[in-house]
Amino acid sequence: MSAVLSSVPSTPGVAPHAAGVWAAAAKRFRSDHVGVASLAIVVLFLLVVLASAVGLVAKDWQVERGVPDAPPTFVGPAKQTESIAVAGPSGPNVDISAVDPLAPRYKEWAEAAKKYETKESVKAQTLPFGADRLGRDVLAKATKGAQVSILVGVSAAVLATLIGTLLGAAAGFFGGKVGDFLEWVYNVFTAIPGILLIFAFAAVFPRGVGSVVLILGLAGWTGIYRLVRAEFIKHAVRDYVRSAEAIGASTASRMFRHILPNVSHVVLVQLSIHVVGFIKSEVILSYLGLGVGVDQVSWGTMLSEAQSELILGHWWQLAAATIFMAVFVTAFSLMTDALRDALDPKLRGLE
Amino acid sequence: MAAYLIRRLWQMVPTLFGVILLVFLLFKGFGGDPAEILAGQNATQAQVDAIRQQLGLNESLWTQFGIFLKQIVTFDWGKSWATNEAVSHLFATRMPATLTVMIPILLLDTLLAIPFAMGVAYVRGSLTDRSIMILTTVALSISFLVYVIVGQYVFAFQLGWFPVQGWSDSTWTNLWMYVPLPAMLSVMVGLAPQTRLYRTFFLDEIGHDYVRTARAKGMTERTVLLRHVLRNAMIPILTNVAVALPGIFTGSFLIEVFFSIPGLGRELWLAVNRSDYPVLQAFAIYIAVITMVVNLLTDVLYKLVDPRVVLK
Repeated sequence: MSAVLSSVPSTPGVAPHAAGVWAAAAKRFRSDHVGVASLAIVVLFLLVVLASAVGLVAKDWQVERGVPDAPPTFVGPAKQTESIAVAGPSGPNVDISAVDPLAPRYKEWAEAAKKYETKESVKAQTLPFGADRLGRDVLAKATKGAQVSILVGVSAAVLATLIGTLLGAAAGFFGGKVGDFLEWVYNVFTAIPGILLIFAFAAVFPRGVGSVVLILGLAGWTGIYRLVRAEFIKHAVRDYVRSAEAIGASTASRMFRHILPNVSHVVLVQLSIHVVGFIKSEVILSYLGLGVGVDQVSWGTMLSEAQSELILGHWWQLAAATIFMAVFVTAFSLMTDALRDALDPKLRGLE
Repeated sequence: MAAYLIRRLWQMVPTLFGVILLVFLLFKGFGGDPAEILAGQNATQAQVDAIRQQLGLNESLWTQFGIFLKQIVTFDWGKSWATNEAVSHLFATRMPATLTVMIPILLLDTLLAIPFAMGVAYVRGSLTDRSIMILTTVALSISFLVYVIVGQYVFAFQLGWFPVQGWSDSTWTNLWMYVPLPAMLSVMVGLAPQTRLYRTFFLDEIGHDYVRTARAKGMTERTVLLRHVLRNAMIPILTNVAVALPGIFTGSFLIEVFFSIPGLGRELWLAVNRSDYPVLQAFAIYIAVITMVVNLLTDVLYKLVDPRVVLK
């Protein structure tokens, strides 16, 4: 993904002999300040994702570092509520070992318990952005959650783009029987409402990150297929493709070496649009318990925990997940808009 | 018209067959063994085998597909594995709740987005326009979940204006008591993208020659927008509503899960969690059928709205 992203500004170096379509697009992109700023934020997030994936940050997000529901540092520690202690028994300690059936074994258990090392750790009263119900650092969770949510969103978008592009290219290029068959597949997939398709896949696949990617990718390729197919139909009869055929270029070569680069801007923009959509979907799936596993954290699982915490007045987990997601998704959407404007100037100003 | 309808219905047959095949193969190929799901964790092998026999799982794939087709045609899916309720009954009783929530949402969404979008289109290019557009981008990037969690907390729990969740048997009670909060929250969230989209429809129309002519005649910008642009922009808007229409059967699943509304979406979610295959399969196929029929109806309606459209 990062390679795709960074290829946009860096392409001028690739084609120095002529200002190609990519160089021109990069130039247009650079002149869009909002787009460049969003790209910077997206790259920053991707670096955090990378750092978290290799274990540089948020590796110990599962460690309970604070007291349960520790508030953020800028709020200050929670007020100690006076707990009403139950008065202990005041009479003399009665020795009941004679009638206690467990008495002979107490010593044995005490010995066994000594084998296990227990460590008294000091729990922080406040953490930079608070702690969750178990005392885990919310900031670390949001960072780790960013890794899962963004990776799932990007991988699912890549998968959907791959399926959509391959099928769309085949349908548009070959037409005829192949085209009819793929159109039928497309019609079948679009006849079932998206969420129903996702639920049907979710019901049969096991839970986990890989499944979420698979579910979203399999349910979400139709839009890309449609666009790529239309482009391939248009390009398949163009002169340059016929010339390529005349000099003996193979079918695969014509499809992927000649036509694909000419429609790649469509694919790239679609990929970018789908990343945002799939991140949102992953968050919802994880919230519903159909997404990532219980030993993982994503923005969706954070939101689902935050719902019950909010009633107790612990708003920080909700705020952290929301802010992280809002910043990333906004930046990514604005970057997509700029990308689309840069790659397809015909659409400029439409939205 | 009749010929068109017949042809469209005929074209649905292969698609429908594909949907049935997809659902069948998906649950056969990837789903767990139904007999083991049904028997539970403490079942003996003999019990599992008995259930396999009873469900016809030992038959050939073709026979099983035949049984599947028969179930679809006769509307007889047997009973839900989880609740033992007849699937057809489940479908019929959950549908009204979904429609009670979704129809007001769809109506409000559309009726509010039109004036909003027209207002934004009126001040197009200005700072207001740009800031509203950026604001909607930010608003859109926050998960729908956050709006519902915070909305439910603030309006129902803190302020107490609405019940936190619930549902009754009377449609009217539902409409004035339980629907307002979910509807308000969805409309609030749905309005931003809708406004953005409709704005582009208005802007498309504003670029046309007839608008320039109207302005040249000396009409005020207001009149031009209300009398000329609005009417023409209604066509893409209606198309958009038509596209969204089939979504009302499943679109509200999050709202239903949050507010415990016994609708189709919530039932589907429960079915996924319980691996309740009959419910999932039946819902998938029937909702696909409904979607196709609604799409056909909207195409016909489209012709009635815009006489330029030629059905072919």
